[in-house]
Amino acid sequence: MTTTSQRRQEYRNLFKQNVEKRLLVDKVVRIIVFACVIIAIIPLGSILVEVFKNGMSALSYEFLTEAPGSIGSGEGGIGPAIQGTLIIIGLSSLIGVPIGVMSGIYLSEYGDNRLARSIRFFNDVFMEFPSIVLGIFAFLMIVLVLGHFSVWAGAFALSLIMFPIIARTTEESLKMVPVTYREAGTALGLKKWVITFRIVISAAKSGMITGILLSVSRIGGETAPLIMTILGSSQFFSSMDVPMDALPLRIWRLSLLPYDSAQLQGWGSALVLIIIILGINLGVRYFFANRKNGILGQLVKKGLHAKN
Amino acid sequence: MGKINLKPQKPGRRPIADKLFKIGATVAGVYVLVMVALLVFQLVSESYPIWEEEGLSFITSTDWNAVDGRESFGVLPYILGTLVTASLAMLIGVPLSIGIAMFISDAPPKIGGPLGFLVELLAAVPSVIYGLWGLFIFRLYFKDWVEQPLHDLFGDSVFLFSGTPFGLDILTASVILAIMIIPTVSAVSREVMKAVPQQQKEAAYMLGATKWEMFKLAVFPYSKTGLIGASILGLGRAVGETMAVTMLIGNATGIAAVPSSLLKPSQTMSSIIANQFNEASPASLHLPALIGVALVLLLIAIAINIVAHLLVTKMMKVKEGAINN
Repeated sequence: MTTTSQRRQEYRNLFKQNVEKRLLVDKVVRIIVFACVIIAIIPLGSILVEVFKNGMSALSYEFLTEAPGSIGSGEGGIGPAIQGTLIIIGLSSLIGVPIGVMSGIYLSEYGDNRLARSIRFFNDVFMEFPSIVLGIFAFLMIVLVLGHFSVWAGAFALSLIMFPIIARTTEESLKMVPVTYREAGTALGLKKWVITFRIVISAAKSGMITGILLSVSRIGGETAPLIMTILGSSQFFSSMDVPMDALPLRIWRLSLLPYDSAQLQGWGSALVLIIIILGINLGVRYFFANRKNGILGQLVKKGLHAKN
Repeated sequence: MGKINLKPQKPGRRPIADKLFKIGATVAGVYVLVMVALLVFQLVSESYPIWEEEGLSFITSTDWNAVDGRESFGVLPYILGTLVTASLAMLIGVPLSIGIAMFISDAPPKIGGPLGFLVELLAAVPSVIYGLWGLFIFRLYFKDWVEQPLHDLFGDSVFLFSGTPFGLDILTASVILAIMIIPTVSAVSREVMKAVPQQQKEAAYMLGATKWEMFKLAVFPYSKTGLIGASILGLGRAVGETMAVTMLIGNATGIAAVPSSLLKPSQTMSSIIANQFNEASPASLHLPALIGVALVLLLIAIAINIVAHLLVTKMMKVKEGAINN
């Protein structure tokens, strides 16, 4: 009998060793996984801290409203850039939102056929097209044909980035409206377009607005397609047919200059840009995600993923 | 109070309004197909002169000279630069992202939610601000603390770390790219991991698995396809990224841009376009050459994204099947 109890002890030790080792590995992996999260958040923290720290000292009323002074002087401001960013966001929304919304309606209301499946597929692929290629496309379609840089070209390029995102989020939110709503509309004898616009869309409104705002925050930071379409300028907006400035472009141009004052202005512009973009992002999140936790929270997440 | 109209509407009136509505929606839907077709057609036709002039050597040669009379264009260095930076970014970013996805999918929602949100905020930061931060902040630390030691240790023996660490090179650009793809890859990985049926996880726990063993036994085998898809999606993002790379890669041209060491300046397809597009005159071959670069970039990006898309949707279909059963 002594042998068995010895063996039992032996097994017990073996088991203990095995479990200890496994628990140790588990612990190590937990630490590594947590470290991954921290490593990813450090850059975000650093970016925000640096932008705020360096940008604050550049901010002043003149900086926000005046046109840039002569290069390297450190005078003037980024008025034209802020104005340009707002103009370009407005114009591209003007083109991109209707197309995106209608396309989303098509995919959700008529989207059960082969054509719709291929549209959905190309929509997803189009969303991932390098933005600089879209810029070149706009350059070839508009700038080269007109023979001069044009604000419309920039708006067209950005609308191309915008509409697939909107189409996707619109489709998702329309699909979440219960079919019984539509049936109720049909039972009232309403026309399909009335049902869609008055019933379905008003039920899915917040999801769609979320998608639209997220796409706006996406294009607000785009630089590459603007290089070949609106070029950048140091004057306030005067006409659609001359170059215009935008915040991301201004930041890029300033970062190329070897002066400390330019660098400071670059941080200041970055601060303005990041406040606009994170403001939209956080605002949308807070507003819609908190109001209803279920469907809308999910939608906000989806919109973010679809984005970038 | 108006009278309630019980008369049936005129036949034909109703269909017309709805038909118009349907046509409008269809046109908007088809818009994306038209744009894709037009885009490819425009790029091909506008870059045609360069294919005519250089032929296949446009892709295989390494010299790049836009000076009048001595024009010669080869995009091989930029293709290599793009692929090297993007794959390096994937190499760094994907393990981190999968770790993040593991943590967030597993943590209690009170911790996981806000952390996941912070990681997603990384995606909201514009590319040009990554560039600015990389150029003026990150580069300086990275040069002193990572590149210099690497160079001192391996500079003579391993060709990867030869060259002078200056901070404007392939390694810096790749690390920034890695940070930029983390939100995408971790978000998709998380979705994919969520798709693993709860029963499988519980079965693993029931066998006495620790948390890590549960991931190894139940989650990874099940979500493998989706995770690969997520990483390739990240690769696609990295390939198309322009501004941050342009500001950090050092912008070498021609043969000097061939990525022979991680600590050397190089150039990617998107950065050469961003740098030179405004200098290129439409009359010379320079502009068709840059459009040719864009065409090559687009084809590579499309190929990568279609593969990623198919892998992820395949995985998600499996999920739906599992729920229905």
